[in-house]
Amino acid sequence: MAATGRGGGLPGVKAPLHTTGEVLASKRVGAYQHLTVVAPGVAERFRPGTFVAVSVDGTRLARRALWVHGVKPVGGYGPALQLVVEPVGPGTRWLAERPVGARLEVTGPLGRAFALPKEPVATLLVGEGYAAAPLFPLAERLRERGCPVSLLVAAPDERRLLSALEARRVARAVTVVTADGSVGRRGSVADVVAGVLAQSSAEVVYAAGPVPTLHAVASAAEQAGAWSQTAVEQPLTCGTGLCHGCPLPVVGEDGVARVVRACTEGPVVRGDRVRWAELEPVAAVGARETP
Amino acid sequence: MIDLAGPVVVAAGCGGTGRELAALAALDGVGAFTTRSLTLNARTGGPAPRIAETPAGLVHSTGLPGPGLEIFLATELPWLVQQQPRVVVSVTGASVAEHAEVARRLAQAPGVRGIEVNLAVPDARAHGLLDVREPFHAANVVAAVVREAQDLPVLAKVRADVLRVAESARVVTDAGAAAVVVGGPQAAALPDGRPAGLSGPAVLPLALRCVTEVRAALPGVPVVGGGGVTTPDDARAFLAAGAVAVQVGTALLHDPTTAARIAAALA
Repeated sequence: MAATGRGGGLPGVKAPLHTTGEVLASKRVGAYQHLTVVAPGVAERFRPGTFVAVSVDGTRLARRALWVHGVKPVGGYGPALQLVVEPVGPGTRWLAERPVGARLEVTGPLGRAFALPKEPVATLLVGEGYAAAPLFPLAERLRERGCPVSLLVAAPDERRLLSALEARRVARAVTVVTADGSVGRRGSVADVVAGVLAQSSAEVVYAAGPVPTLHAVASAAEQAGAWSQTAVEQPLTCGTGLCHGCPLPVVGEDGVARVVRACTEGPVVRGDRVRWAELEPVAAVGARETP
Repeated sequence: MIDLAGPVVVAAGCGGTGRELAALAALDGVGAFTTRSLTLNARTGGPAPRIAETPAGLVHSTGLPGPGLEIFLATELPWLVQQQPRVVVSVTGASVAEHAEVARRLAQAPGVRGIEVNLAVPDARAHGLLDVREPFHAANVVAAVVREAQDLPVLAKVRADVLRVAESARVVTDAGAAAVVVGGPQAAALPDGRPAGLSGPAVLPLALRCVTEVRAALPGVPVVGGGGVTTPDDARAFLAAGAVAVQVGTALLHDPTTAARIAAALA
């Protein structure tokens, strides 16, 4: 048995797998490398918001966490993961250079997924940069449940705007903002999120992106009386909950402040549960991978 | 010395509660599972960033987050014992008295097969833990733990300091330790200068030398070796140097199946 993975955890939630995958396709789109990777069993278990950890470069011990942009069947292989890589450091550059046919050690899907509403309520999905990736499969799941989807996608510039064309297919209203104004409105998520939220009449807001963006979304949601679910990206080492390298300061259901693991108790957490102010100085230091 | 199910042991602090690891690789092939280092009270751990990557290693200063003894005994230990690995509980603390209190409680906990006293925390002072710098400090802690541990074997994890490891091993076994654990992190610093430990393949040659030093000085003392073990050959090197067992730690953060795979290869 190539893949290993055993039961345990929450009932109904399949345990992650550790397996050897294979790169089936690799394509540069703007600033990002889009990898299609078949990793038996992993794609089947994927739920939007979960991620995979991959090994890089043989000698590097820390793994790289990647968002899953989608799952699509590839002839002869079954469902494959679509991963988005921004090549900024040694590990992500190595990943971006993997040729078709290369082997990749993959563990996943890891972490907690976005929770889906039971009722067909209006939703707003806010994503920035490559981190917008999990919102696309999320939008599909929400549409299947009859939830109207509005989408706000942001990026520093056009090259780092993820899948703007696809956005129009999955959402009924799309707002695009870029910091340099190269496409859509010039500005940031923080500038526009309150207005977009009011327009969408969303009762649930989902967000994925840098910490200041998530903070802005969580605050706007709270003010509008909407629920927010944020996918918090922290620099992490193992992704499996072992190393305690991705501390996430939160307030528990019981009102008590505690520190959880972003990889295991997250990455998706309720926006009103995160102690954002304590997170931001850290986020300023550590990007997903140091260049 | 603790009765092991095999020569490959999950090292302290790298197997989580056991659940994270068990989800990805069977624990039943390993000789023993060492818990993360437990303290009497819950700890939230230190500030981020806690871990940095370095060639062939990880620099880490987590501050040993943990649930504290009470919650561990109520929720984590019973589950772990059910999974049937031999469970060794790693212990640390802010004082000799804290170590002793934890040992006293563990001696009454069903399913615990041994206590590993972590005398090798490389950033202890930064996190308010007892800073065991001198071998006689280590001996004091071990004596207190042995006194409270009753029949439970006590393993002493000493600093992997090549020049002083034999002396440390001698005093902790004189103080009653049933075995010496050699390896673990080297004292290091994070990129911003905060005290930390260095683990991973970078420390393997140092750890191997520590094992040979202890074996040469104290041929009668069982030594558990570890430090940067990633492959079955790494493990064989420690066994060939005279270790009775090998700990696998940091490699689990890279590949959670490592301990199970090495155990299978050596079986």
